[in-house]
Amino acid sequence: MLEWIRQLGRGGFGFFEKLGRGNLFLLKTLVGMPAVLARPRLLSAQLLSVGVLSFLIIAVSGLFVGMVLALQGYNTLVDFGAEESLGVVVSLSIVRELGPVVTALLFAGRAGSALTAEIGLMKATEQLSGMEMMAVDPIHRVIAPRFLAGFLAMPLLAAIFSAVGIYGGFFVGVGLLGVDDGAFWSQMQDKVDVYEDVLNGVIKSLVFGFVVAWIAVFEGYDATPTSEGVSRATTRTVVHSALAVLGLDFVLTALMFGDT
Amino acid sequence: MVETNAKAKSDVLVSIRGLCFARGERMIFDDVDMDILRGKVTTIMGPSGTGKTTLLRLIGGQLQPLSGSVQVDGLEVPRLGRADLYDLRQRMGMLFQSGALLTDLNVFENVAFPLREHTDLPESMIRDLVLMKLQAVGLRGARSLMPSELSGGMARRVALARAIALDPMMIMYDEPFTGQDPISMGALVQLIRLLNDALGLTSVIVSHDVKEAAAISDYVYLISGGKIMGHGTPEQLSGTASEWVKQFMQGLPDGPVPFHYPAPGYVDDLLQLESAAPGETHA
Repeated sequence: MLEWIRQLGRGGFGFFEKLGRGNLFLLKTLVGMPAVLARPRLLSAQLLSVGVLSFLIIAVSGLFVGMVLALQGYNTLVDFGAEESLGVVVSLSIVRELGPVVTALLFAGRAGSALTAEIGLMKATEQLSGMEMMAVDPIHRVIAPRFLAGFLAMPLLAAIFSAVGIYGGFFVGVGLLGVDDGAFWSQMQDKVDVYEDVLNGVIKSLVFGFVVAWIAVFEGYDATPTSEGVSRATTRTVVHSALAVLGLDFVLTALMFGDT
Repeated sequence: MVETNAKAKSDVLVSIRGLCFARGERMIFDDVDMDILRGKVTTIMGPSGTGKTTLLRLIGGQLQPLSGSVQVDGLEVPRLGRADLYDLRQRMGMLFQSGALLTDLNVFENVAFPLREHTDLPESMIRDLVLMKLQAVGLRGARSLMPSELSGGMARRVALARAIALDPMMIMYDEPFTGQDPISMGALVQLIRLLNDALGLTSVIVSHDVKEAAAISDYVYLISGGKIMGHGTPEQLSGTASEWVKQFMQGLPDGPVPFHYPAPGYVDDLLQLESAAPGETHA
């Protein structure tokens, strides 16, 4: 029993210590931002690997999620003769929830894990240490551009996911199930609000982008410099990002839509 | 070393006094004094795990000592602010055991890296400088190879070219001879001495390859168990009276550092006497 309490205490201390280190690390990264903005080429290289190369998986996932939503929504709506509201159902679900959340989960798996593994391996092969000895701050040169690229790419990818998802719903609803074309779009236009729905979705994706990018670069930088350490850090990135995204999604949803 | 210091005080580039450093419970350095002279090749030798690499990291300001002073060119390294420390590091080169080349850049870009980071030189000038540094280590023809295509010895030579890119005042070598075939070993040994003399550098080598290191060193420090066990020119050390130094320099299997890990008496142990093996359980 005593040993159990001791372990709990140790775990608690470990958690808060890591949280503290993570926050200090974030602060240093943010201080390094002006250096990144002064060298846009560093940023564009990372935007390519983190953002552009994640495009395909995000677009394909968005398409299928939209198609499935339309199929499921139609089956329920048709019982009430309300199948013309299909556009509203699909677009609201995607713009408010599935767009930011599913994109963030995919982003953590595709780009976050790659960031962690890359930074962890750079640490294990003494590349970060070598940079320090060359008087180049690895947080400015390596971490900050990757963090900023993740933060910027995530909302853009979420927007692409949402747009493709809505088209997926359109193909299935209008193309296959015969929902009226005009009703699909006009009801969507009528019911989806730019501020209430679209902007809140964008805010969510910004928050998720920040958190996932932060976790990914921190886990890489904090990894034990061995192959096992890097593999553990990569796993932690995916698990912690997923939990953080889902937990934050609940909090943000409660704040945004809780009182309506 | 005190005499050396008194003789040529201004010639001391790195001065370490009363250095203590610990990792957890274990003392790595316990009150170590050391002087590294300008323009010389100084080697720090000692058994594996005695903290030789740690010493380089302390000189480079990557680690903070528990107590004591580490001065490089008159600057107290542990007390330097970030900007001053980075200024000092621009005047130091360090060669890591693995080479620590950036794996996403080719050989040319690796050597150009410090130049691009710290200077605004035009591209043509960077090209000339990089080719000169690569020529010095004999790898001008390998400029477009990626680090993964290099042998261990070549990677270390590229890292050496990168370390001298900014014309530093000193270079620290972390185990430069480990795992090298005889030819690349010979090339490295010669390069270190040549570069030191041609560029007017100060070289600090950390190594346990006694023969190779002694061949090019002006001065040698032997450390073990957190203390300095001996120091002097290679000739002085090979004629030393200290049994430990003799054992280390000549690579003798037995001596003050015993061949056997502490154990109970051999005969008693074989006869399985109760008192002989207290940790063992008998069936």
